[in-house]
Amino acid sequence: MKILGLLSLLATHLSANSVNIEENAGQFFSSGHTNNWAVLVCTSRFWFNYRHVANTLSVYRSVKRLGIPDSHIVLMLADDMACNHRNPKPATVFSHKNMELNVYGDDVEVDYRGYEVTVENFLRVLTGRLPPSTPRSKRLLSDDRSNILIYLTGHGGNGFLKFQDSEEISNVELADAFQQMWQKRRYNELLFIIDTCQGASMYERFYSPNLMALASSQVGEDSLSHQPDLAIGVHLMDRYTFYLLEFLEDIHPASKSNMNDLFKVCPKSQCVSTPGHRTDLFLRDPGSALITDFFGSVRKVEITMETVNLTDPIEQVEQNFVNEDLQKESYSYVDQLPVSEIIHQKPKQKDWHPPDGFILGLWTLILLVFFKTYGMKHLKHIF
Amino acid sequence: VVGVPLWWKTTETYRAWLPVSQINELSNLQVCSCFLLLVICVYIIYLSLHTLSECPCGSLVVYVIPESSSLLPQDVDVYIGQRRTALLRIGGQIRVGKTLDLLLAHLEPRIKQVLQVMSFSHTDITAALSDRVRLSPGNKESIADSMRTFKSSPGYEITFSLLNPDPKSHRLHWDIEGAVQTYIQPLLTKLASVANFSIDSQTLYYAMLGVNPRFDSSLGAYTLSPDSLAHMINPVEARLGSNAASSNPVLNFLLYVPDAQHSPLHIHDSKKQEVPTNAFHSPRWGGIMVYNVDGFYGPEAVFPVDLNINMAKVMGVFLAQLRLLLGVQSPNAPSGFLVAPCSRTGLADWELDRLMWSRSVENVATATTTITSLAQLLDQIGNIVINDNIAEQVSSAVTSLQLAVAELEAGNLRFALQYSKEAILASERAFFDPSLLHLLYFPDDQKFAIYIPLFLPMCVPILLSLLKIVSDARQKRREKQAKKD
Repeated sequence: MKILGLLSLLATHLSANSVNIEENAGQFFSSGHTNNWAVLVCTSRFWFNYRHVANTLSVYRSVKRLGIPDSHIVLMLADDMACNHRNPKPATVFSHKNMELNVYGDDVEVDYRGYEVTVENFLRVLTGRLPPSTPRSKRLLSDDRSNILIYLTGHGGNGFLKFQDSEEISNVELADAFQQMWQKRRYNELLFIIDTCQGASMYERFYSPNLMALASSQVGEDSLSHQPDLAIGVHLMDRYTFYLLEFLEDIHPASKSNMNDLFKVCPKSQCVSTPGHRTDLFLRDPGSALITDFFGSVRKVEITMETVNLTDPIEQVEQNFVNEDLQKESYSYVDQLPVSEIIHQKPKQKDWHPPDGFILGLWTLILLVFFKTYGMKHLKHIF
Repeated sequence: VVGVPLWWKTTETYRAWLPVSQINELSNLQVCSCFLLLVICVYIIYLSLHTLSECPCGSLVVYVIPESSSLLPQDVDVYIGQRRTALLRIGGQIRVGKTLDLLLAHLEPRIKQVLQVMSFSHTDITAALSDRVRLSPGNKESIADSMRTFKSSPGYEITFSLLNPDPKSHRLHWDIEGAVQTYIQPLLTKLASVANFSIDSQTLYYAMLGVNPRFDSSLGAYTLSPDSLAHMINPVEARLGSNAASSNPVLNFLLYVPDAQHSPLHIHDSKKQEVPTNAFHSPRWGGIMVYNVDGFYGPEAVFPVDLNINMAKVMGVFLAQLRLLLGVQSPNAPSGFLVAPCSRTGLADWELDRLMWSRSVENVATATTTITSLAQLLDQIGNIVINDNIAEQVSSAVTSLQLAVAELEAGNLRFALQYSKEAILASERAFFDPSLLHLLYFPDDQKFAIYIPLFLPMCVPILLSLLKIVSDARQKRREKQAKKD
């Protein structure tokens, strides 16, 4: 007997059969992210802003050392200091005086360089509204389980940050961009660090959840630079980022330091300005957030317990032979110079062209002068 | 009179019409109505089996067999097959004479049990919507599942990499093309309606592990503890590269053959037991398998040794990892259930249905939230230009969404998935359109700062002359009054 039943399903909870999930569950719930991204921006150009490029490159170096691969870092440098004509040591950018530490390195990958670093491009990277032709390395391909680190440095003021000496990004625009990122779930948690004058004004307007922000100075204060190098002739780093770099050099991928340690970096005695931070939008306790949650890329792993039993032998891929025949045509280089044509050249017959503009103009002038002086009645002498 | 409307028109931004009311309707849609009405055919068989008819997508057939039947082994009550069928053995209390209703009443909890395993439940919905609905850490397993699975995307790229850190000792040969064609391609063909897949492979030489395995003298082998596994991926990832043409997520499957000094290499779990598959995977990234070759040659071999890799074993593990990463969870069958082993394609039909259904729900939810947030955003910020093509994309996304929900309610999984994919494409295209950048942020005080220097000098003589006109008119009226009097 056939019986047709239409059952509609409602809530039935699966009994949590956590056997091998149990030990991994602990690591999952500490942070909830599976991948890390970093967007590092230096917004100022000209040689005397060397320290901003050095700031960004030192954060880049720390982030790479702690495990985030280049494919997950969007590095935007507004000017090229390493290959600047005024750099006495080309292909280097130093962060410590006496040229102790070259933060440029051998394998730096700059994604946005020079004039490509604009407010528009920065906002496009954050919100994802890039033209379809943009390559993968210039995109922020984060998802809802990505922790993103955003680092901005340059010259700023109360509520704005200057890009390229010609335009500004305001704190409202930045807050709106983060809200659009949240709407589209482009981040799990976001750490925003800014090292400019009056940097704390830039995070005042944030209103999206899961944001933590650090700034190098409060509103009304200037962020100061650290030390000049007499050989290079400019200030090498800003104070806040200098001490941040020193702090990060002690962190290794298995380190358990948390955000509260990061807030203590560069107290007023060292920094002269008062660094600030904002954690009210961050849902977790900052003490439970590890430094490597944002600066490093510690992967979660699970042991694979199952395997599929495959018994079929491998089919030989037959098409290979057909393809080989097609590819038997030989290739050769194109001649650089058409030597045979040059050697056996016959004199080319030049095609006749009507007279050029200059000749025409000259003849018109002569005719005009002629007729002006002698009048029209002499026309019959010509024709 | 002329100036003000002209100024208004020229500073207006072009905004094409958006179907806001329909969008609002969609956002209020209860997810419960997305539940699939499952068509279940229950056949009660006493004597012999009918020919098993092909079950259409989205439905299940449950064959109820008598207790004395020999189709199932003794201790097994339920058999779950590969093609949307299940065999259910009736308990001994039911006699033939009872009425139909009583029979159904007896069967219902047993069938519900079968459905729990084979079909979609509340936890599947919350897993599909995990980016919007963050679960409290009560249901750990489903959170782990949702974190592991790649988000729904129109395409995926799969890269198989062979890591040979010691080419001086091992010359490795792997027939990756044949293996992919035989073992992986059937699964991907079956999943063709869910997403497009592109596969490539590479061999990396001198790629080191980044962690130092410890030598365990009791086992005579090198071991990797679970804590060190997390640090294995990063040093390798920088060298992997990717087929960078599209923005699709990349699944990496790495086969690591340890160098001769560190062979054999075993992965141990937290209980210090050797892992039989010798492989691990990382959520939303891919998997790594360690393949030991030291057993294939003796100590007097001439280096480099030519070695052929057993692709069936390797692909078995990779296939299992691929299933997990794509969202096909292994069934949690209670005792007494027997699940048919994985077929050649690696995916049962009912697992495919489940995947299609959860992908449809995920796509519908994502597309709805995208469009709703886009509408809110465009509402809030009045300065953004809305081009016609964006309005077109939004309208088509809304129609596709409505169709997808209708198809889900009717039970047509394939059409629902197709419409949901169209909806997602259209909504993403509309949301991420490059023209929607609101660089036109004018704070109010800046607006005043721009207009006041322009208009104030102009307005002063106008105001004065207006005042003059008014006072003249008043004076004339007073004179008229005086004349009258």
